[in-house]
Amino acid sequence: MKRADWQNLGWGAALLVVAALLPLTGDGYLISLGVSIAMYTVLATSWALFSGPTHYISLATAAFFGIGTYVMGSGIEYINYWLLLPIAGLIGGVIAALVGLATLRLSGVYFVIFTLGLAEMTRQAVTWYQNQTGHKGTYVLTELTDPHIYWQLLALAALVFLLGWAIGRSKLGFALRIIGDDEDVARHVGINTALSKVALFVVSGATAAIVGAMIAPRYIYIEPATAFTPMLSFQVVIMALLGGTGRLWGPLVGVIPFTLLWEAISSSFLNQTTLLLGLSFLAIVYLLPGGFVGLYDRLRGRAKKRSAMA
Amino acid sequence: MDILITGLILGGTYALIALGLNLQYGVSRIMNLANGEMLVIGAFAAFTLFTVGQVSPLLTIFLVAPLAYVLNWLVYRIMLRPLVKRAKNRGMLEVDAILTTFGLSFVMVGIMIWAFGGDYFSYSYLARPITVFGDNYGLNRVVAFICAAVLCAGLFLWLNVSRAGMAIRAVAVSPENARLVGIDVPKLSARAFALGGAVTAVGGAVISTFLTLDASTGVMFTMKALIIVIMGGVGDVRGTILAALVLGVGETFVASVIDPGLTLVAAYALFILILLFRPQGFFGKKPT
Repeated sequence: MKRADWQNLGWGAALLVVAALLPLTGDGYLISLGVSIAMYTVLATSWALFSGPTHYISLATAAFFGIGTYVMGSGIEYINYWLLLPIAGLIGGVIAALVGLATLRLSGVYFVIFTLGLAEMTRQAVTWYQNQTGHKGTYVLTELTDPHIYWQLLALAALVFLLGWAIGRSKLGFALRIIGDDEDVARHVGINTALSKVALFVVSGATAAIVGAMIAPRYIYIEPATAFTPMLSFQVVIMALLGGTGRLWGPLVGVIPFTLLWEAISSSFLNQTTLLLGLSFLAIVYLLPGGFVGLYDRLRGRAKKRSAMA
Repeated sequence: MDILITGLILGGTYALIALGLNLQYGVSRIMNLANGEMLVIGAFAAFTLFTVGQVSPLLTIFLVAPLAYVLNWLVYRIMLRPLVKRAKNRGMLEVDAILTTFGLSFVMVGIMIWAFGGDYFSYSYLARPITVFGDNYGLNRVVAFICAAVLCAGLFLWLNVSRAGMAIRAVAVSPENARLVGIDVPKLSARAFALGGAVTAVGGAVISTFLTLDASTGVMFTMKALIIVIMGGVGDVRGTILAALVLGVGETFVASVIDPGLTLVAAYALFILILLFRPQGFFGKKPT
């Protein structure tokens, strides 16, 4: 590791410690906002791990999140909470692998379309199963409160960042960047493109499932309509793209302002959230391609050029 | 038999919607995810005119089609054309198009909720039974099917016989070579996009005679239209119609035999089979 790497690691650790102190304020609203931000940070960062380099837009976050929530909901009576988190991740990962194997061999459009309806389809299937067995929802009763959930999510976020950093340095990360630039070239230089894509998709699917499992105790009562909200997938995509997927810290920069904006809008104009979502999509495409990271890189490039001229 | 006919009737209207999407994706190369909202707008127009002025939905079509054409043409010229110009390759255009049309779809839903509220809307038009092969069906469904069939046949003939249709097919096969034989590709792409939107909006007006819709149901139809286009093959009219009928029958079968709440699961089952065994569509040739 180079000196810059140690420096980044130090900064990351310091930020993590500062973030972990938030529950000590004792302010319920602040903590609940913290939970949202931590949750979206994990989801958006793990989304960007796959979709950033490959440019394959995944809309499956809500499906994996809901699956995780349901694993927790149906298992909590029989299995220990801490054991259920990896189980949720495992199940999410297996489903991601199946979806990936079916769709990622083909071009990107098939994948987008497939993931678009995945949450809704899973919701229908779960609802049907519950109607067959005759119960509507399940209770998740634990001792966990918001600060606990917040700390768990922070730990997971740290894990995802470390993983993303490791992947970025590995052969797999290099392969993915080549796939994103030109898939034909990648195939010709001997990269197993399908396998590389599936591997990363599994990582993001498993992470989303674990997040869903961690959030479950917050809902207390779980039913299909609360666990599978298609909106979640879109929110995650927007946050990640707003921040920019070019850097590991990009999504985080998008998550914080967007979560605050979303909270403000949905508390005063609940019906306008859809409109906000749409306008944000358009703004990203036309005004901020590359997100804040892209903007930052462009500004820095310009500054460098100017200093080179002088 | 009952299931088969109900399914075919439903499939007929799906075919119309999917044909609109296929024109947009096959010719203009824009994966339009706001397609379902165009359908809902068509349905809203039919609903409003029927409840306010007792105008028959079958007449509304003649108003909806030109309006939707102009609206979609403007969307293409103002919003999508710059993206086509700045895209370095097809992959980049696809990502940009997906994000933009998603944004557009949410904006349209947002505006419709704001203007009309989020309630379901439906009206009673020709809601009396008619006997076909000894079973009873709603007259509105049968009329909608006939309407869709006539429009599909017309579009099919126009694409295959007329000169403009041939130019559109040429662009669908290869935009680069179409340019070489003197076809104005950008102009034609805009027209195909507009035409696709108009066809879908008409499909919406037709479907509103027998289905209950609300402002946010569009995405469901987009989803189904996408699955149909992929099943039938991009740019393939015959394939699209066949796929729409297959989906209509499949969905009706699952809805009446197992559970009405599982229609999307049925669509997905078909989708997965196609992806695994014939990703090039029903009539498509294997790429070499």
